[in-house]
Amino acid sequence: MLSEIDTTEPPGRVLLDAKASAQVSNATPTAKLKSVSSSMTEETQWIDCMSRIHTSQDREAFAALFNHFGPRVKAFLMKSGSSASMAEECTQDVMVTLWRKAHMFDPARASVSTWIFTIARNRRIDLLRKERRPEPDELTWGPEAEPEQTDVIALQQESAILSKALADLPEKQRSLIQKAYFGDLTHSEIAEQTGLPLGTIKSRIRLALERLRHAMK
Amino acid sequence: MTDISHHLTDELLLGYAAGSLPEAFNLVVATHISLCDECRARLGAYEAIGGAMLEEVGMNAGTAELAIELDAVLAAIDAAPAEPPKPKRAPGVFPTALQDYVGGDLEAVKWRGIGMGVKQAILKTSNKASVRLLRIPAGTAMPDHGHHGTELTLVLQGAFKDESDRFARGDIEIATEDDHHTPIADDGPDCICLAATDAPLKFRGLLPKIAQRFARI
Repeated sequence: MLSEIDTTEPPGRVLLDAKASAQVSNATPTAKLKSVSSSMTEETQWIDCMSRIHTSQDREAFAALFNHFGPRVKAFLMKSGSSASMAEECTQDVMVTLWRKAHMFDPARASVSTWIFTIARNRRIDLLRKERRPEPDELTWGPEAEPEQTDVIALQQESAILSKALADLPEKQRSLIQKAYFGDLTHSEIAEQTGLPLGTIKSRIRLALERLRHAMK
Repeated sequence: MTDISHHLTDELLLGYAAGSLPEAFNLVVATHISLCDECRARLGAYEAIGGAMLEEVGMNAGTAELAIELDAVLAAIDAAPAEPPKPKRAPGVFPTALQDYVGGDLEAVKWRGIGMGVKQAILKTSNKASVRLLRIPAGTAMPDHGHHGTELTLVLQGAFKDESDRFARGDIEIATEDDHHTPIADDGPDCICLAATDAPLKFRGLLPKIAQRFARI
């Protein structure tokens, strides 16, 4: 029923459904907590690997990250239309960048998977589109400020809730978000590919974002 | 930095985070985010969605198709020379992302007159969309124009007004096909804007149309 939400739905209905879905997840609080805490433990492990690479060029830590994220980066690139060999080459570049820029990773500002996602995205633009990628100025936090532990934990909790909220999205909305991120497609290009009207795509993505916002409150 | 009142839309932030915008738009978005803490924080959320999707894409991470050679990557790490530190540009009137395209700050811009005291400098990007700097003397109106596609105008110095609003440093105006407006540079220093469009602008009246061909707006 949730997946039937469409442009034709009045906004009131959407709000009701958002409440309904919140109730559904409230019905199994232990299950939700369990999945949130297990992905947090995993994240703690990846953060530890990043810091070991940074402080002691630890190759075991690198191999652990590599085994987990390498195939994911490659899958991401192949979903974006890259050939297997191009995706492999590009993934290798991404992993080398991870090694070299490990000192720039800040667990209070992004999860490890988010940080790797941004590296892979930039590499994709660089290799597949042969374009430059303008980036915002780095924020300067003062001399080598150590991240606050409470900020690191808060970010981990938020990332875990976000993953859960994404997984809970109605299929029609989730697949569009996926196309937007993995397909290297603008909203108009998604419209061409799926044959759906542009308005429908925009409103489904908007609804998906509303749901995510609601979950993050 | 705190008094920016015109921000990026969700669609632009998602497109920038996902890496699907044309290069010219990426430049305007990166420049705005360099000046706007609020949009920087919002971008963080959109990148986190990418990170969460990256985790999920590897549900079948164990398959042979996605295997990557760890040894090859370790060899690349050993072989790679330490990255020379990039010469750091200090942000001036332009954030560093924009300085990279101009080749310096405001004084490095190679302006060309396009009539009525208005000057422009086209920046080199991929041709899916175009981006240029505009310099408009106080009190001067830009030719009345509408749009085929989307036009982003980010103010870097001075201010401009149109029928409904005022835009000052850091503010971004996002105009689509439905908008028809006549921006006028406000009193004070010359108004300098970074403007990107994914389609040629359409001017009313004969003279600007011919000028448009020469000016490549």
